Amino acid sequence: MTCDTSYDVIVIGGGPAGLAAALSARAEGNVRVLLIERNDSLGGILPQCIHNGFGAVIFGNDLPGPEYAYRYQEQVEAADIDVMLDTMVMDLTPERDLYAMNATHGYLHFRPRSIILAMGCRERTRAQIRLPGSRCAGVYTAGTVQRLVNIEGYMPGRRFLILGSGDIGMIMARRLTIEGAEVVGVLELLPFLTGLRRNFVQCLQDYDIPLHLSTTVSNIIGGQRLEAVETVRVDEELQPIPGSTKRIECDSLLLSVGLIPENELSLKAGVHLDSRTGGPLVDSTMATNVPGIYAAGNVTSIYDLVDYVSKAGEVAGRHAARYAGAAGTARGGDAVEATVAMRPGQNVGTVIPQQVRIDTTGREEVTLMLRPNALIERKVSVEVWDGDRPIISFRENYSRPAEMMVHTLRAKQMQALAEANERELTVVIQ
Amino acid sequence: MQPKEYDVVVMGAGIAGAMIARALSRYRLRVALVDRANDVGTGASCANSAILHSGHDPSPGSLKAEMNRRGNELWHDLVHELEVGHRWTGAMIIALGEEQLPGLEKLLARGTENQILGLEIISRAEVLRREPLLTPDVSGALWTPTAGVIDPFGGTVAAAENAVTNGVSLFLNAEIHDAVVSDGALVAVQTTAGEFRARWFINALGVHADDFMHLVGDRPDFAITARRGEYFIFDPNRVQVQNVLFPMPTDKGKGILVSTTAHGNTFVGPNAEEVADKEDTTATRDGMAEILEGGRRLIPSLESRDIIAGFSGVRATGNANRDFVIEISAAVGGLLNVAGIESPGYVSAPAIAERVEGLLRDAGLEMVVKPEWNPHRNARPAFKELNHEQRSDLIRRNPNYGRIVCRCENVTEGEIVDAIHSPVPARDYDAIKRRCWLGTGRCQGSFDYPRVMEILSRELDVPMTAVTKKGPGSEFLARTTKG
Amino acid sequence: MSTYEQIPGDTDHGASDEGGNERSIICLRCPRGCEISTTLDGYGGIVEIFGNVCKLGRDYVEAEIADPRRILPTSVRVRGGERPLVPVWTPKPIPKGRLLDLARATRGIELEAPVAVGQVVIENWEDLGVDLVTSGAVRRV
Ligand SMILES: Cc1cc2nc3c(=O)[nH]c(=O)nc-3n(C[C@H](O)[C@H](O)[C@H](O)COP(=O)(O)OP(=O)(O)OC[C@H]3O[C@@H](n4cnc5c(N)ncnc54)[C@H](O)[C@@H]3O)c2cc1C
Ligand SMILES: Cc1cc2nc3c(=O)[nH]c(=O)nc-3n(C[C@H](O)[C@H](O)[C@H](O)COP(=O)(O)OP(=O)(O)OC[C@H]3O[C@@H](n4cnc5c(N)ncnc54)[C@H](O)[C@@H]3O)c2cc1C
Ligand code: SF4
Repeated sequence: MTCDTSYDVIVIGGGPAGLAAALSARAEGNVRVLLIERNDSLGGILPQCIHNGFGAVIFGNDLPGPEYAYRYQEQVEAADIDVMLDTMVMDLTPERDLYAMNATHGYLHFRPRSIILAMGCRERTRAQIRLPGSRCAGVYTAGTVQRLVNIEGYMPGRRFLILGSGDIGMIMARRLTIEGAEVVGVLELLPFLTGLRRNFVQCLQDYDIPLHLSTTVSNIIGGQRLEAVETVRVDEELQPIPGSTKRIECDSLLLSVGLIPENELSLKAGVHLDSRTGGPLVDSTMATNVPGIYAAGNVTSIYDLVDYVSKAGEVAGRHAARYAGAAGTARGGDAVEATVAMRPGQNVGTVIPQQVRIDTTGREEVTLMLRPNALIERKVSVEVWDGDRPIISFRENYSRPAEMMVHTLRAKQMQALAEANERELTVVIQ
Repeated sequence: MQPKEYDVVVMGAGIAGAMIARALSRYRLRVALVDRANDVGTGASCANSAILHSGHDPSPGSLKAEMNRRGNELWHDLVHELEVGHRWTGAMIIALGEEQLPGLEKLLARGTENQILGLEIISRAEVLRREPLLTPDVSGALWTPTAGVIDPFGGTVAAAENAVTNGVSLFLNAEIHDAVVSDGALVAVQTTAGEFRARWFINALGVHADDFMHLVGDRPDFAITARRGEYFIFDPNRVQVQNVLFPMPTDKGKGILVSTTAHGNTFVGPNAEEVADKEDTTATRDGMAEILEGGRRLIPSLESRDIIAGFSGVRATGNANRDFVIEISAAVGGLLNVAGIESPGYVSAPAIAERVEGLLRDAGLEMVVKPEWNPHRNARPAFKELNHEQRSDLIRRNPNYGRIVCRCENVTEGEIVDAIHSPVPARDYDAIKRRCWLGTGRCQGSFDYPRVMEILSRELDVPMTAVTKKGPGSEFLARTTKG
Repeated sequence: MSTYEQIPGDTDHGASDEGGNERSIICLRCPRGCEISTTLDGYGGIVEIFGNVCKLGRDYVEAEIADPRRILPTSVRVRGGERPLVPVWTPKPIPKGRLLDLARATRGIELEAPVAVGQVVIENWEDLGVDLVTSGAVRRV
């Protein structure tokens, strides 16, 4: 196996993060870019997300997923970017030795100057939430069903119950109803909706699909195929309330119980992960701790809006290309410039990036993406604390776990970071 | 339907039935292996601890003790002959606190009486050196070097494949529901796939072995209780024990162990719960809590969030001194019972087969060795286990190996197609899973379902809507989207 | 066991003290999803409105009361393509009450591959001024 060292940048994953990264890397100048995608087409998860709700920020338009992806795909095809489809990246080392394979070329070995991780995420499964009961057919993750119904063209059942009130669960409830299936309800363990309210209205209310909060599945019943599901109400501690069990007849149970960043390769490459996001620790250039390895999109943290995934991809692509160009002077992942760490504090679940590079020249825009972990339906103040004093603060209309807060740092705020005493700052929502 | 005529019908294609069929395939005999499921090895043989016990534990003098010791010995060759995934890890029985230390001496004495070689009591420091994740409460351990772990699916499939290659006829989806006894002898069994006539019937029906005995009027006093055991598998990126770790045994059994699998994942279990329904392999909330707690007594760092899968199996506990029953029926002619095969039934299976062979010979069955008998079964390539160069070669020979279907376990389309066209064909999702370990990693199949369905549909030449998870009735799809 | 009440959704609170009608409506114009409370006069006119963050919210509520409309995303069959389906949508919303009618109407449609993005599948469906348009492409095989 010979090692192909001709690429400056290799992007792993052809979803919105990878597409945007490849384009922005290519736009940096004379950069050889290769995009590797496991599926037989580009777009990542988007081709199966046929509902509208994509592109409000970037295109000022409420597009269906496939069309959003298509706009990037067209640009990638027009740009001078090599694309390998049906190709899976199998292995990655800290020295950026990348092994990939496909049916036509067999096993391939590359060593590019920089790499962008854009592998997206995977779904949490039945085992991870330890659902008790029979192991019959008829229990699916929502994403699998979305793929079956929208891409493969098959309906996996006739009467569905959905566990999880996140956006995917609600969107699938509507989707299945539109295709003539019966959706008997959506269950949510928590006492509040975990997806967007608009999806509650346009996916559940509009189609008369009941939502049951503080309710979960206590048993799965069926021999070969699912016959019924037992549900139970839970108290504030999320413990089952005795006597509240109900039996719901259905032939399919859809699980929409969360997504997990896909980081098998990142770990192999020695990339450090953040235990809260489940993805790589990145700085404001989307650089990981391994020099020359960058990451963007759902691989770093689960985003709710694709537009910000594309934006993160752009940042990663730009910096990966610059790193490749400057290879030898090795800037990239090295903490040459000053950085400050952003730690989630009160009411904050996660912060991306976890490190901000101090750049007071105003050339680089830095956007903080915060995932709140508290539901606060009034104006809140988001603050960055340097020890015992707040050095940045801004207002948000509310704090909802279903929605990331997006804040682009202004010059004065960057200055405040530059002047901070501590190297580790805390972000809180009050 | 014309009855099918055989010399021997082996009823039940678990590890016991498969090993027996393989042993008999060596002779000029017409042998049928019959099971009600859509695949072999779907009973206890696919959901157990998969430990090839050394044999130190069963009561000295019992059939269990003899079968276990001999079975372990035989497996040392069989894993190579049948090319089954395994690791000879040895096992440790862990004493916690000073009060459990004397127990180790007793176990050692019992093991010595059972003629198990190499047993040794090892110190706390040595135990901790071998398994640093163990609780600091450990005070010592009994080391049993001949124990190992096996791929439990692979073992049954390999034995059945070898039997089939050597001429055994396999009948699946053949549920035995009735029997014909004539002049005090069993002459035929009726199944959902027709009638089978034979001179000998081997009852290796697992939890249902007693039901069959009662059906033909044999040993009404013998009864099998189903005792369910549940397990959890942990994310290998998060926890990895390197050993097979047992707590000190109690009257109830070997207790909740923490162990590595043949594939290097870590698992914890089983508990023991009597269930009324012998098929009840459901997972329960209480069971889950019990197992985690049990596991943490040995490995305190086990976290529920690192669980990637769970499974459960049902032990066939017989009431004949809780020993194995391997005997020619005294009440009905032509019947040989292999019943009450609870743990350590898996490791014992080759010895059970040897014993069955002997019993049949003694009973006058003519057994002429076939010169063409081939004890060897070739494993199909497991892509995951190959290095970069070998993978490259394989893809060059067959591009199907260049397509990954299960991304967690790196299972390729080539392996799936191979499994579908193997001597014991995989015809449903779970059957492929048992052969290729696909869908057993972190994503638990959620990503590969659609691709595997497509491959099954194409290779079996059936519509997508006829593809099943585990045989008829477990179809994945109801209709087309626009149907 | 239904617990709609705990979630701010679209609700009709019935007659108010002043004889008008009170409704809460979630604005669907942007992901913020403001919960807008309105009091209507007997003819559906807005007497009072609060909760909207921007002006679009008022437009939305007016439209929602007069003629509630939604976008329909679904798919139609494709013959001779690399995939059996192509996604379609109504770039403009259609009357809410007709969503499932249009969904049913799409079931019989079959396009011939290749299919391009933005291809009009149904023009001006039932004279409602709304087209059904593809949102993905399917190559021919
Ligand atoms: C059901 C659903 C509904 C959504 N709805 C909306 C919405 O309405 N509006 C909105 O703005 N956002 C929505 N999102 C979010 C948005 O789609 C995601 O944030 C976005 O797709 C993430 O992009 P990504 O590029 O990071 O990952 P992905 O789109 O997942 O792409 C990752 C790609 O990497 C490839 N890959 C992974 N590993 C390898 C490997 N080893 N080798 C080669 N290739 C590999 C994968 O095949 C995949 O194509 C939704 C998401 C889902 C799942
Ligand atoms: C929780 C647990 C842990 C264990 N741990 C270990 C261990 O670590 N080491 C070890 O050596 N052993 C262990 N065992 C024991 C071991 O798994 C069993 O002893 C062994 O698998 C039994 O094999 P079998 O072929 O007798 O039964 P089974 O595998 O149950 O096979 C019986 C077969 O009969 C078929 N059948 C039943 N009824 C009918 C019918 N009416 N018609 C047609 N077919 C029928 C079934 O489909 C099944 O395939 C464990 C068992 C359990 C449950
Ligand atoms: S009122 Fe304005 S801000 Fe509020 S949801 Fe509607 S469009 Fe968005």
